[in-house]
Amino acid sequence: MKGGKQQLVVSAIQNGTVIDHVPAKSLFKVIQILGLDHIENQITFGTNLESKKLGHKAIIKISERYFEDNDINRIALVAPEAKLNIIKDYMVVEKKVVKVPDYITAIAKCMNPKCITNLENVTTRFQVISKKNIALKCRYCEKITSGDNLKII
Amino acid sequence: MRNRSLVSIDDFSKEEILEILDLAGKFELRPVGKLLEGKVIATLFFEPSTRTRLSFESAINRLGGKIVGFADSSISSVTKGETLFDTIKMVNSYADLIVIRHPFEGSARFASEVATVPVINAGDGANQHPTQTLLDLYSIRKTQGSLDNLNVFMVGDLKYGRTVHSLLMAMAHWNTTFNFISPEELRVPDEFKLHLDNAGLKYYEHLDFSDIISRADIIYMTRVQKERFSDPIEYEKVKNVYVLRNSMLRNTKANLRILHPLPRVNEIHTDVDSNPKAYYFEQALNGVYTRQAILCTLLDLNF
Repeated sequence: MKGGKQQLVVSAIQNGTVIDHVPAKSLFKVIQILGLDHIENQITFGTNLESKKLGHKAIIKISERYFEDNDINRIALVAPEAKLNIIKDYMVVEKKVVKVPDYITAIAKCMNPKCITNLENVTTRFQVISKKNIALKCRYCEKITSGDNLKII
Repeated sequence: MRNRSLVSIDDFSKEEILEILDLAGKFELRPVGKLLEGKVIATLFFEPSTRTRLSFESAINRLGGKIVGFADSSISSVTKGETLFDTIKMVNSYADLIVIRHPFEGSARFASEVATVPVINAGDGANQHPTQTLLDLYSIRKTQGSLDNLNVFMVGDLKYGRTVHSLLMAMAHWNTTFNFISPEELRVPDEFKLHLDNAGLKYYEHLDFSDIISRADIIYMTRVQKERFSDPIEYEKVKNVYVLRNSMLRNTKANLRILHPLPRVNEIHTDVDSNPKAYYFEQALNGVYTRQAILCTLLDLNF
């Protein structure tokens, strides 16, 4: 992206945040988790872009918007390899990677159909008991939801 | 005490468990008193459980407390569509402590977050039933003199039985050897074996127990239910393997006691009842003392 030979598929932003290496299938989940569908900032994104690492990746560029680490770690469940570039005056001034948090609130759905969170209006809360192969222990029914069964609310 | 509610047995440390058992021992010596005088306890049974409810109500009545509540959700406003949140908010202002039994898993934890008064989980679906676990521990300690170094046999449905899972987790605080006896389809789930591995405890799995029964200090029997089997023929094959008969107890240890969370169907033959090693009815009585101790501990009342 330096130099002029390679053309950017998604145009550069002057100031803001670039979220790269999002799995293409998780793009809209990331948008939802970060609430990007409810903000006024200019946002551009591209999806199904080629990526050696992910096969198909997506990239999101948000102008004039910076995120707290806590916020950004919320996308770890759907985009564990995501990398963030903080842009000021077209330059990358900081790079960040996402980290799976120890506790997860209001993002994931408990896979136990008899859990109170699936039967009444209760916000889901999980303790992350494994970060490598994601495994979440429900604070309420105490059952474990593994990465393959994970659904984002 | 750190916890003001009792939702899950793992919320309590070994020391906290022992404090409750010690207090239960004092109530056994003097079960009638006035410690709960002036207190109102709500017993909310969203599904019927006669045994647990009567045990709680007996514990409360013997200490002079008053009870409000219902025994079955069909007679409460739940039938009008009231949410658990609203029911707990309302009851919270009427009672000093809430006892809840509810079919949804995690309902008791949620209730403890909504309520400002202590909450006792009297069973939330297949999840937890910690007062049963505490009375099981009390019964084991009382009959064996200690909880250390026991050989505990758990028999029957070890996959779905919540009483088995909670007792296993609690007994892992002591140096327990476990023998799990169940049909192939109803074996102890891996997460519990992992817990025992991490605690460095020994456990053995068997399909039958008639030849090893002489080693047991405690036999914890549970019911093998037909509806747990995907293949009814499998059930027919195994249903008689997990039935305890008096003749099987001939060469067992003198200190052996047989426990069962009750209700029993046919997994303990009635010819065992008159054997002094049968302990399940005394076990139920211990539930009253244990629940008195839990109520007074959570309400911070001193004996």
